[in-house]
Amino acid sequence: MLRTIGKRIATAIPSLIGVIVVTFLLTRVLPGDTASFFAGPAATPQAIEEVRKQLGLDRSLPEQFVSYVSHLVRGDLGTSLTTGRPVVTELATRLPASAELTLLGLLIALLIAVPLGIIAAVRQGSWIDHLCRIVATAGVSLPVFFTGLIFVYVFYFILGISPAPLGRLDVFASPPPDITGFYLIDALIARDFETFRAALAQITLPAVTLAVFSLAPIARITRASMLAVLSSEFIRTARASGLKPSTVVMTYAFRNAMLPVITTLGMVFSFLLGANVLVEKVFAWPGIGSYAVEALIASDFAPVQGFVLTMAVLYVLINLGIDLLYGIIDPRVKVEA
Amino acid sequence: MTAQPLLDVRDLTVEFATRRGTVRAIEHIDISLAKGETLGIVGESGSGKSVTSYAVMRILDRAGRIAEGSIVYSGIDVSAASDRELRDLRGREMAMIFQNPRAALNPIRPVGRQIEDVLLEHVQTTRAEAKQKAIEALEQVRIARPEERYHAYPFEMSGGMCQRVVIALALACRPQLLIADEPTTGLDVTTQKAVMDLVTELTRARGMSTILITHDLGLAATYCDRVVVMEKGKVVETALSKDIFARPEHPYTRKLMRATPRPGAALRDLLPLELAAAAPALPPQAPPGETLLRVEQLVKEYPRQDSGSLWPKFLGGKPKEPAAPFRAVDSIGFEVRRGETVGLVGESGCGKSTTSMMVMRLIDPTSGKITFAGEDISAIPARDFAVHPMRRRIQLVFQDPTDSLNPRFTAARAIADPILRSGQSLDDQAIRARCEELAGLVGLPVEFLDRLPHQLSGGQKARVGIARALALNPDLVILDEPTAALDVSVQAVVLNLLQDLKVRLGMSYLFVSHDLHVVRLLCDRVIVMRSGRIVEEGTSQQVLETPKADYTRELIEAIPHPPV
Amino acid sequence: MTTLSQPEPVSSSVTGPSLAKTVSTRGIGAQLRHIRYVLADNPVTAGSFILFVIFLLAALVGPSLVPYDPLASNTASALRPPSAQHWFGTDQLGRDIFSRVVVATRLDMIIAIASVLLVFVLGGLAGIAAGFYGGWTDRIVGRISDTIMAFPLFVLAMGIVAALGNTVTNIVIATAIINFPLYARLARSEANIRREAGYVHAARLSGNSDPRILFRFILPNIMPLMMVQISLTMGYAILNAAGLSFIGLGVRPPTPEWGIMVAEGAAFIVSGEWWIAFFPGVTLMLAVFCFNLLGDGLRDIVDPLRRT
Repeated sequence: MLRTIGKRIATAIPSLIGVIVVTFLLTRVLPGDTASFFAGPAATPQAIEEVRKQLGLDRSLPEQFVSYVSHLVRGDLGTSLTTGRPVVTELATRLPASAELTLLGLLIALLIAVPLGIIAAVRQGSWIDHLCRIVATAGVSLPVFFTGLIFVYVFYFILGISPAPLGRLDVFASPPPDITGFYLIDALIARDFETFRAALAQITLPAVTLAVFSLAPIARITRASMLAVLSSEFIRTARASGLKPSTVVMTYAFRNAMLPVITTLGMVFSFLLGANVLVEKVFAWPGIGSYAVEALIASDFAPVQGFVLTMAVLYVLINLGIDLLYGIIDPRVKVEA
Repeated sequence: MTAQPLLDVRDLTVEFATRRGTVRAIEHIDISLAKGETLGIVGESGSGKSVTSYAVMRILDRAGRIAEGSIVYSGIDVSAASDRELRDLRGREMAMIFQNPRAALNPIRPVGRQIEDVLLEHVQTTRAEAKQKAIEALEQVRIARPEERYHAYPFEMSGGMCQRVVIALALACRPQLLIADEPTTGLDVTTQKAVMDLVTELTRARGMSTILITHDLGLAATYCDRVVVMEKGKVVETALSKDIFARPEHPYTRKLMRATPRPGAALRDLLPLELAAAAPALPPQAPPGETLLRVEQLVKEYPRQDSGSLWPKFLGGKPKEPAAPFRAVDSIGFEVRRGETVGLVGESGCGKSTTSMMVMRLIDPTSGKITFAGEDISAIPARDFAVHPMRRRIQLVFQDPTDSLNPRFTAARAIADPILRSGQSLDDQAIRARCEELAGLVGLPVEFLDRLPHQLSGGQKARVGIARALALNPDLVILDEPTAALDVSVQAVVLNLLQDLKVRLGMSYLFVSHDLHVVRLLCDRVIVMRSGRIVEEGTSQQVLETPKADYTRELIEAIPHPPV
Repeated sequence: MTTLSQPEPVSSSVTGPSLAKTVSTRGIGAQLRHIRYVLADNPVTAGSFILFVIFLLAALVGPSLVPYDPLASNTASALRPPSAQHWFGTDQLGRDIFSRVVVATRLDMIIAIASVLLVFVLGGLAGIAAGFYGGWTDRIVGRISDTIMAFPLFVLAMGIVAALGNTVTNIVIATAIINFPLYARLARSEANIRREAGYVHAARLSGNSDPRILFRFILPNIMPLMMVQISLTMGYAILNAAGLSFIGLGVRPPTPEWGIMVAEGAAFIVSGEWWIAFFPGVTLMLAVFCFNLLGDGLRDIVDPLRRT
């Protein structure tokens, strides 16, 4: 078992190398002067020269790569021009906000989409099936930033039941003691239900926005794979053996149908992490996405690069987790590995 | 028949809702089955034999419904039973085993647990007891080390073993009726015999009734007391097995029976009477000419399956010994002479197809020599052979006629393709004329030349494939199980056609097949292969009637012997 | 009433034509009838097809039909809600939102079409070559795809545009790059399956060279699936481009473009001026919806088995 896990982890290494090489290439090999890129639009010629030295741009490409990697190993992603603080520190302080939002969004999506997909497949042709198909197509068609804005208009401006879309807590509340970095969990740990309520009020709209977006592919694939499994021959055998419908659907069909769903989760996360950037901008959420967007607008390149790298590394790790989960459910994987 | 049948199907009609409206899969059929009786339902594809069994179990898919008639199982009206009642019937009273056994098992649940699920559903028992019973069930179907196998997944077992598990699953709750739907199709003939003998033994010992659904009249007549013959959704004949070959009543049964390859029947005997009368008598076998194809010491090795990526090896620590390669074909040699048909026979995985692919020069041999018409063709790499002038002299007729035709080419375009690529400068008219000539040769009506594959029947597609192989007047045609995908009556016709063409055009055949009866009909000499090696070689008569190798005897033994 | 029997005219097999002239369908006629059948059977696909034509017209002739200059600001009539005069209202600079939405169609469509065509050609060819030849071609294409897929795609697009420079061309390139794995993988797996198909072996036996087999036998059989993919990715390409311009990449003000218009309107949502963001957003949504539905419909036509 440990060996299998070890092999799985090893398969993530080429991806990590690929990610590092691509982020390196993005900044060094592209047309234009990298030094002035990193120095920012307002830099003096001396400042540009200094950056050039600092980044080692006067040396050969392989040497540059070595120094790039050694900086990475030391956790040095450069310094933000606008804030003057190290990019790593800023990303680290903002990451929990993004993670909390993304995971809550995914959780809501899964809780709705998986049962919806199952019921749609079991009752094929019923109203819930049609609902599922509409949700599946409409969901992927909604620009996530637009859904967010509509929610703000309806729930904040018209109904007034939602707080202003301005971050994780309103200005008068103070954040809970930092343990996990997730306000909802930290507030519960501190038994500070007032802060929990406030944080929940803030996070609900952006999380639901993300959920609406990622619901569609999950519901779609759940329905499709349930349908495929339900019409497969071993389900016929199970029915011919007189097993209870609940056993047939849950023990036999559902577990098999989950395999494609788990595979799709990788894709869903890819969408989610991207959509996260847009949602953070709409709700002024102080995560790494909005940090990157601010840096982009200010032509501050180091944070953007750090952001892309962080997201990619996180995504590789998520995919690794998904692989491991798949291996637990599907016995056939162990043989191939 | 006894007074109180176990199963009584009366006037049963099943309809399916399709895009083109309602179609009837079976119409007004009557079948009854006595206690302890074994009944065969025989028919070609589309005869409705499987639908009948699904209707009895009430597991038709959602598009199908019982429109008329009744199904009474020991006094219970199955056609009107509630879901609850059905659940009690299925598994406990009547059980079913299916075609593709591997697909019939849940791929991600240990097989023992799957048997246990059924036991827990139907028998008042505890988990621990159920586990013990599941292991016993595995033992009864002769699975070695049942305690270990209890934890195995279907993908870890062979097809024959999976079918045993399916049987164990079906018999776990000691039902009274077993329905076996093509239980051995796709299995090798020796495995087929083992599985059928097991089913017979277990059901006899328990006094169960069995319905065997099959396309193989011989199989049904061998293992069943009575046989029901179905055609296009209707029962055309019901007779005792011992009578069906001797005195077939219905014309369709007679045709089906005639078309089934069996000992003592010659090629022409397979054709329906009116066709057999019209067909020219087979000319006496001309003595074979000089050697056309010589295969010497032919070897094909495949590397063992590996994890593929470099990284796990890198991290895995000690470098593994490179696994010994798998020898699909292990140093074989044989000859095909002009005008001769040589059969290459063996069960799946014996290397017969790999051999034909190498002769065909679609894959490169690992070592050995293939000499064709005096020229060493094994030296030409497979990728260059496509454009080599020798190519036109060796052609192939594929196993699956559907898969071997480009879905976007009309029949004429498919037949013309080798001509177009041959470098002959023919104008469109000449090519069309040649296509029509070839169509005439293989008995494909000229009007069908402009159709796409999906508009042709299986037999017609087979004819297109044959015409294409003949387009360049090859010297040697390799027939790779050319009738395996066809119904038996179509097979009879295609086999006759192939024989006529060989005589007429003076070709040689290398006939690859798993079916000894079919091989006997067409071949002058037979080569029996097992695990990549030749175990026996000789004239058809000698190999089939006085086999020397044990394995050949085993193969012949395993073929169903209907009571004659 | 007919039976479910497979069409296997057993009786006529040796001697010849009994079915001869009963069916004389040709490929294209049958295909057209099938399409008409699917459209009639599926009003949603038909509706999305009509919507597609409207978007196409807006992209082609929209700019010459709109009532106002999309760039002309008029501070006197700024932030007006929708009215008979300004159907979709006016923005903070008094520009007519309806005119801007219509004019933006062309730019958004060009970005989407250009990027999809680019990736269709590159990804499709790379994938087919990888699937057909295997070996190192496969490994290289696979490694490139894997590396791209190792990034969250929108984030990678952000990084590419940020690095290459903030232009519309680079949005097209970035969108094409992030879609590359999708096309390459689809084409690869389809080509790989067909490489072992009987008719490909048969083609080789007939003396067809590899390139001929690739272009005459494999490609035409993969095309329908690739067309479905195009339609499905079109929507995604539009979303992606709009998303990039929403965060300030690619298209710059005052150019009318749906994403940037939503971004401009975002600031006014909290004060109740909903129409500035709403109309471009809804149009964007409709465009994506239209392509997705069209893709689903196409899939039904091409590949009825994969209906979901």
